[in-house]
Amino acid sequence: MAEKTVYKKPDSLTDRIFSYCWGCGHSTVHKVIAELIDELKLRETTIAVAPVGCAVFAYDFWDFDTTEAAHGRAPVVATAIKRVHPGHLVFAYQGDGDLASIGMAEIIHTANRGENLSVIFINNTNYGMTGGQMAPTTLIGQKTTTSPAGRDVKANGYPIKMAEMLSQFEGVKYVERVKVTDAASVIKAKKAVKKAFMNQLNGVGFSFVEVLSSCPANWRMEPLEAKGHIDNVISKYYPLGVIKDIK
Amino acid sequence: MSDGKQFIKGNAAIVEAAIDAGCRFYAGYPITPQNEIPEIMSWRMPEAGGTFIQAESELISINMVFGAAAAGARAMTTSSSPGISLMQEGISYIAGCELPAVIVNVMRGGPGLGNIAPSQSDYFQAVKPGHGDYHMITLAPHKLSEMYDYTFDAFDLADKYRVPVMILADGLLGQLMENIELDRSRKPALLDAPKPWALTGAKGRKGQRIVSLLMQQGALEKHNMDLNEKYSVIKRDETKFELTNMDGSPDYLIAAFGTCARISKGVINLGKAAGINAGLFRPVTLWPFPYTALKEAAKKVKKVFVFEMNLGQMVEDVKLAIEDSSKIEFYGRPGGGVPTAEELLEFIKGKVK
Repeated sequence: MAEKTVYKKPDSLTDRIFSYCWGCGHSTVHKVIAELIDELKLRETTIAVAPVGCAVFAYDFWDFDTTEAAHGRAPVVATAIKRVHPGHLVFAYQGDGDLASIGMAEIIHTANRGENLSVIFINNTNYGMTGGQMAPTTLIGQKTTTSPAGRDVKANGYPIKMAEMLSQFEGVKYVERVKVTDAASVIKAKKAVKKAFMNQLNGVGFSFVEVLSSCPANWRMEPLEAKGHIDNVISKYYPLGVIKDIK
Repeated sequence: MSDGKQFIKGNAAIVEAAIDAGCRFYAGYPITPQNEIPEIMSWRMPEAGGTFIQAESELISINMVFGAAAAGARAMTTSSSPGISLMQEGISYIAGCELPAVIVNVMRGGPGLGNIAPSQSDYFQAVKPGHGDYHMITLAPHKLSEMYDYTFDAFDLADKYRVPVMILADGLLGQLMENIELDRSRKPALLDAPKPWALTGAKGRKGQRIVSLLMQQGALEKHNMDLNEKYSVIKRDETKFELTNMDGSPDYLIAAFGTCARISKGVINLGKAAGINAGLFRPVTLWPFPYTALKEAAKKVKKVFVFEMNLGQMVEDVKLAIEDSSKIEFYGRPGGGVPTAEELLEFIKGKVK
């Protein structure tokens, strides 16, 4: 019986095995992006910007042009790349420490300028790479290595909702929050990222996809438990769905 | 702007040089005394077919320059001292990632917010910049034609070595107007040189990356050694200086850069009438510093006077060059103080009695 290929690794992924922790959402989102770039035949015209944080190693796994950026600066690095190569697909991939804390000015001004690029925002409610410190996105009461008694609103304020906040800017055309906890949600996430990329290709403007992503290692949870935590707890504070969609 | 004689401001000369050198990406943030640069760039750059972005901070400026350089464009930003402090993060990444970029510092008084008067107090942060083992080629103009020429040359230097290059000017040179002769027919040597490392899309090749993060055992140490190899070549081939009145067998040598070198030329002229025969050693490149040439020049004189608009920064490199510190006399004015030629001549007289 002749063998038939029913699935293969996207060309836009290298042969490197993902080095992320088990249950981490990064590898899933990396693959979703790589699949889309294959499907849209954009491998030769894509330039990505990796963040500082766990996903700084994205360039080990993606087989298209990628640069690092200093902590938080990915959106403005992407801005310049897009201005130099306006016909290319340019996206920034950032975590929540990178984007919502140190890079707040960069993401706000890039969004407000309405740059025609895409930002994929991985929200796992903590600083993963450095060992699980509190982020601006950390939930109230969530224990981290710098909030061992749980995030206290009196001292640390409230978890910041980046997607809702950015949707307020005139220059922002599309904002959606997704998760990648099961097959159905991964398919939805892929549709959202595709929409962000298509918006860019069609010159619609700035698009932002927030992905609620697991961090079992720093949450001190088993992967399945972490998945449940997103489904039952995190997505209650950070509601899923399309927040803004301007044609 | 046309060929030939121009009566223009130093800041405007920088813009024209960048455009002529093929710079097609500029990002900048307002700060005195360099505001004419982003102002003129805002229309001049689009006119030349390039991108002008008024960045929302100096951090954003320098990181945009990082991105544009990574994408293969000739890119520049400009600022003044406090803004350059903010850019040090990005400059270190540019050096670590081996990207070509030009950064202009029109220095003002510090520390802190300081003032907006001319100063040379950023010598240290130019020649001994931010975190990590790296260097930045630093060119110090002392007249308007050099504001143009050095900026023009900076783009080729940046491309040749894939390093950040700083033009270290000051508020006086930025605001001053002088007649300069512009030869617009000059073409930058490396403008069309291929940049195989640049991110242009992985057409017919593997994806490539621009990184300074090297986590594998020994990889970062090797990267630093490779950078050092490159810096050795720059030291050997790009060290530049200018001598004034050295064939007149001077008794004394003045070592000064930028505006202080300009004032020191006045000191030499005034000194002739007062029986003080001095020559001038003006480093054109502050990094690489012309240690050997200065050492040789200093052998021929009784004393070396170091004049700076700070409290003693370049003098440390002069001491490294000359070794015999007893020969060295330093006079500096910090915080935006600009010495007069008379004041400097009096200082010399007081030390050679």
